[in-house]
Amino acid sequence: MMTVDFTLNGKRVSAMVEADDSLYKMLRGLGISSVKCGCETTNCGLCTVHMDGKAVLSCSVPAPRAAGHDIWTLEGMGRLAKALGDCLADEGAEQCGFCAPGLMMNVLALAKENPNATDEEADAYLAGNLCRCSGYMSQRRAVRRFLDGVVSGEWEKEEVQA
Amino acid sequence: MAIYQEYIMASTLDEAYALNQKKSAVIVAGNMWLRMCKMRKKTAIDLSALGLDKIEEREDAFVIGAMTTLRQLEKSEALNGAFGGVFEKALSPIVGTQFRNTATVGGSVYSRFGFSDVSTVLLAMGASMVLHKRGEVPLEVFQQEKPDRDILTHVVIPKGQRAGVASVRMSETDIPALVCAAAVRDGKMNIAVGARPARAVLAAKGVSPDLTAAELGEIAQNVMYGGNMRAGKAYRERVAPVLMARAAAACREV
Repeated sequence: MMTVDFTLNGKRVSAMVEADDSLYKMLRGLGISSVKCGCETTNCGLCTVHMDGKAVLSCSVPAPRAAGHDIWTLEGMGRLAKALGDCLADEGAEQCGFCAPGLMMNVLALAKENPNATDEEADAYLAGNLCRCSGYMSQRRAVRRFLDGVVSGEWEKEEVQA
Repeated sequence: MAIYQEYIMASTLDEAYALNQKKSAVIVAGNMWLRMCKMRKKTAIDLSALGLDKIEEREDAFVIGAMTTLRQLEKSEALNGAFGGVFEKALSPIVGTQFRNTATVGGSVYSRFGFSDVSTVLLAMGASMVLHKRGEVPLEVFQQEKPDRDILTHVVIPKGQRAGVASVRMSETDIPALVCAAAVRDGKMNIAVGARPARAVLAAKGVSPDLTAAELGEIAQNVMYGGNMRAGKAYRERVAPVLMARAAAACREV
């Protein structure tokens, strides 16, 4: 076992991990329930978190590599995540909801990197988030509505963090 | 899955090299494929604290650290400006943004994955690998060798060339069924073929950039193809000259 010290959603934390644990497993051990494990083959995007401001697949990041880094999950994303969740709900973009946290983390990364993304750019950015039930069109509408709100300041743009 | 007894964040390349001399050790780069391997190792060696995640521009070449992510390559204005956006075209279809934010150029190239889009493009561009002990080795040579216990630190891409890439995939973000890359430098063209599905190879070196379709067909015929779940041998044989022509045309458009 080894100790990993890092920042989680703005707070310093420590976790005891095995040498071969993933960031995903460590976060779940710390009670972060938004992070899901879907495919375990780096394809589905369910386990997406932000590491030093970039969206990464937590199933593939070794837990010890998080030492000294800044990790954000949906639990820490504040009002902007709530606004995105509302957009998804309003557009009927959530059925089972299992993929939603990973999708939302990647949409929030997109909002930070390119809030003026076109639908095609958003599609390309979010291609690594798989959903088995929405058919994507409702997600697409929700993402469009959310990004438009980010650009117009409707969701309080300054809250885009990590 | 990969099982380790200890995880060491290397503080110097010499330390990483020394640790890696034992067969019970493994280097962890992006960890995208490694984590799915069934293996038990005593020591996992992490290179992420060694500053190998930079893209440096020299007068005659770009020097890319082995831990540079595919997303860094894809979004690098310097690289894409110099080479006509070939890295953005080659890498943007790979899985998803989160994957490319984690996968590294070193992990892809050192492992000599047959499906590597990166290796195929770099091969056409005459890139060389900088290994900690052996020094600089042309990728063309490196690709044919068996993995040893050395450590890839940088990839060097010569400037002054135009490059193009073309691939086919079963779905947009899948591993390629076949990928071809071409690069023109000093009026001479290299063509590389990857996802054959074996390791990428240089199909032509120093040929005219204005080859006819028949000449490209002849070059494509001299490459060995195989079949796997993504495409059959016969399909690859038919598609290869088409992709070569597209990659060569993309060079001319840059």
